[in-house]
Amino acid sequence: MEKTFDLAGGSVRDLNQFLHTGLAQSSVSRVEVANPNGAHSIAVGVDHPVDIQVRGHGGYYVGGMNKQATITVHGNVGWGVAENMMSGLVRVKGFASESAGASGHGGTLVVEGDASLRCGISMKGIDIVVGGSVGNYSAFMAQAGHLVICGDAGEGLGDSLYEAVIYVRGRIRSLGADAQEEPMTDADYLKVDELLKRAGFSHNPTEFKRVASARQLYHWNADADQEY
Amino acid sequence: MNKPLEHAVHAPKRVSREESAGFDRRTIDYIQNAAAHGLYEIRGLGAKRRVPHFDDLVFLGASVTRYPLEGYREKCHTKTVLGTRFAKKPVELAIPITFAGMSFGSLSARVKEALGRAASELGTSTTTGDGGMTQEERRSSKTLVYQCLPSRYGFNPDDLRKADAIEVVVGQGAKPGGGGMLLGQKINPRVAKMRTLPEGIDQRSACRHPDWTGPDDLVIKIQELREITDWQVPIYVKVGATRVYNDVKLAVHAGADVVVVDGMQGGTAATQTAFIEHVGIPTLAALRQAVEALEEMDMRGKVQLVISGGIRTGADVAKALAMGADAVSVGQGALFAMGCNHDSYWQDGAWHSAEAGYEQLGTAPGFCHHCHTGRCPVGITTQDPLLELRLDPARGAAHLKNYFKTMNMELTTLARACGKSNVHHLEREDLVALTLEAAAMAKLPLAGTNWIPGAGGL
Ligand code: SF4
Repeated sequence: MEKTFDLAGGSVRDLNQFLHTGLAQSSVSRVEVANPNGAHSIAVGVDHPVDIQVRGHGGYYVGGMNKQATITVHGNVGWGVAENMMSGLVRVKGFASESAGASGHGGTLVVEGDASLRCGISMKGIDIVVGGSVGNYSAFMAQAGHLVICGDAGEGLGDSLYEAVIYVRGRIRSLGADAQEEPMTDADYLKVDELLKRAGFSHNPTEFKRVASARQLYHWNADADQEY
Repeated sequence: MNKPLEHAVHAPKRVSREESAGFDRRTIDYIQNAAAHGLYEIRGLGAKRRVPHFDDLVFLGASVTRYPLEGYREKCHTKTVLGTRFAKKPVELAIPITFAGMSFGSLSARVKEALGRAASELGTSTTTGDGGMTQEERRSSKTLVYQCLPSRYGFNPDDLRKADAIEVVVGQGAKPGGGGMLLGQKINPRVAKMRTLPEGIDQRSACRHPDWTGPDDLVIKIQELREITDWQVPIYVKVGATRVYNDVKLAVHAGADVVVVDGMQGGTAATQTAFIEHVGIPTLAALRQAVEALEEMDMRGKVQLVISGGIRTGADVAKALAMGADAVSVGQGALFAMGCNHDSYWQDGAWHSAEAGYEQLGTAPGFCHHCHTGRCPVGITTQDPLLELRLDPARGAAHLKNYFKTMNMELTTLARACGKSNVHHLEREDLVALTLEAAAMAKLPLAGTNWIPGAGGL
């Protein structure tokens, strides 16, 4: 069954309240969100395998802390789309603003267009696939998970990286502290292939390079002049 | 020829001990330590230098014009409600003294359990700290505040919905502008897993939130947290004391139910000494600025104020409340109550000396600030499976309970002496300052005068 929330008249509060409490008891499997008009906090904190279609642009934190739900935004989104996501899938058909997928613990975020600054900051296990390019300082302090960039990456990619791995198809303007380019292994090709398929992109995995942590910042070292 | 004076020849050899004010022994030690290691000192606890504090204030007590209450008999209420502005379920506490946020990682799970047990018996709250919510703490603590920190370690919607309140941490009094640190010795497998980090690394937590930057974003972030939790629980905003007046106004504007202000004496488990001693303003000054900000916005009593940073005694609590706080948070005091810096620890029904443990750290009971090492001699700030046994959760909880009960009794004693049947009725008019600095910072008259330095000008 399908249910529609028209945000031109209704409120985000009613939408989220239904997704949190009404949904589980209902037979609704698909929720349509009409006229989102850039509203913030659309479909946040969902914990149910439901298909949510947002028909327009979203504001900040669309799909924040998502678990299980599949959320598709037919437009652009503001800051922190799918922030702290645990599981499920968030797909942005357009562009994403800053901090897309910030501190995500799991699930998949697909941005079909470009993502702005700090995409994947502090990510903790989420997989992010960006069809276009990402802005500066992406994957800053990223701890776990994968960030696939089909376009180019800005300045300071992967600064202070922990164990997250970044794959880039295009040009990297510069790498951040402790991030280094590494040779692709068979496991990397398989991973990129799997992530591209999940996202619905048809690039050849051999076009990607791997960026990961050099692990030189993992321990204090006075002689290395680390400016902590 | 000059002969030495008779008494000079026979006097014992003179040892010159003229100490320099600028290059005193502490400074010499600092320089030689820096020269030897090429790395600044990282340590635990809070600022050690003397700053104007609640000790510099006294209560006026009752007089001909003020009628006191009977100290031991007449009721004096301590009930405290936090988060009445927007939350459907405000936090109700039996006393205005809460446990400050301290992380699992910096503290052992057993200590978190002790804190939770004590808080539940006292009717007050504990706060998670960086590093996520442990089930030990959730199980034992009736009222648990869940922090949303820049690192977002272990942060997840299930725990968020289990929380009784959410605290967005912007900063901490010990290090406003700095992120957390947890050295490798403390990143054991469980801590590493909760934080999604490799075991044993020297970890730095982020100092900025990943998904918002300024006051306008904070409005939206708070709204998101409310949406996720269906507007049920209060949202606190915690700031380290720096530009308190502005920060409190911005937090209120952003929609906070409660503002927590942590002064420079606030503790930490691991921070650079330079940071601890040289960034932030004293709790006393911070509290007055916070109260002024709330008053100017006509938000006193609507947005509650929690103050922390060096709160030690019932007198400190009473003075904080009189100056306008609704509650206080205690961190370091709780550690001392559980035996921090004690010369011995209690294990298997007997006392054991902890002196060797302090010696290994290059310190002694009374001087220890070595929480960052993870080798706590009394088993509090450690993740070592043997050391942590030195703290028995039941005994730790009993000590915490005694300490908080004592403070609460002191608080009501002082309130009754000022003629108040409710500790929240204590007021600024009940206080005067003993020093010029305290008078100026707290904007209270210097004792015996009507003079408030700076009032009317500046
Ligand atoms: S005794 Fe333990 S808790 Fe206290 S300062 Fe030393 S290491 Fe820290």
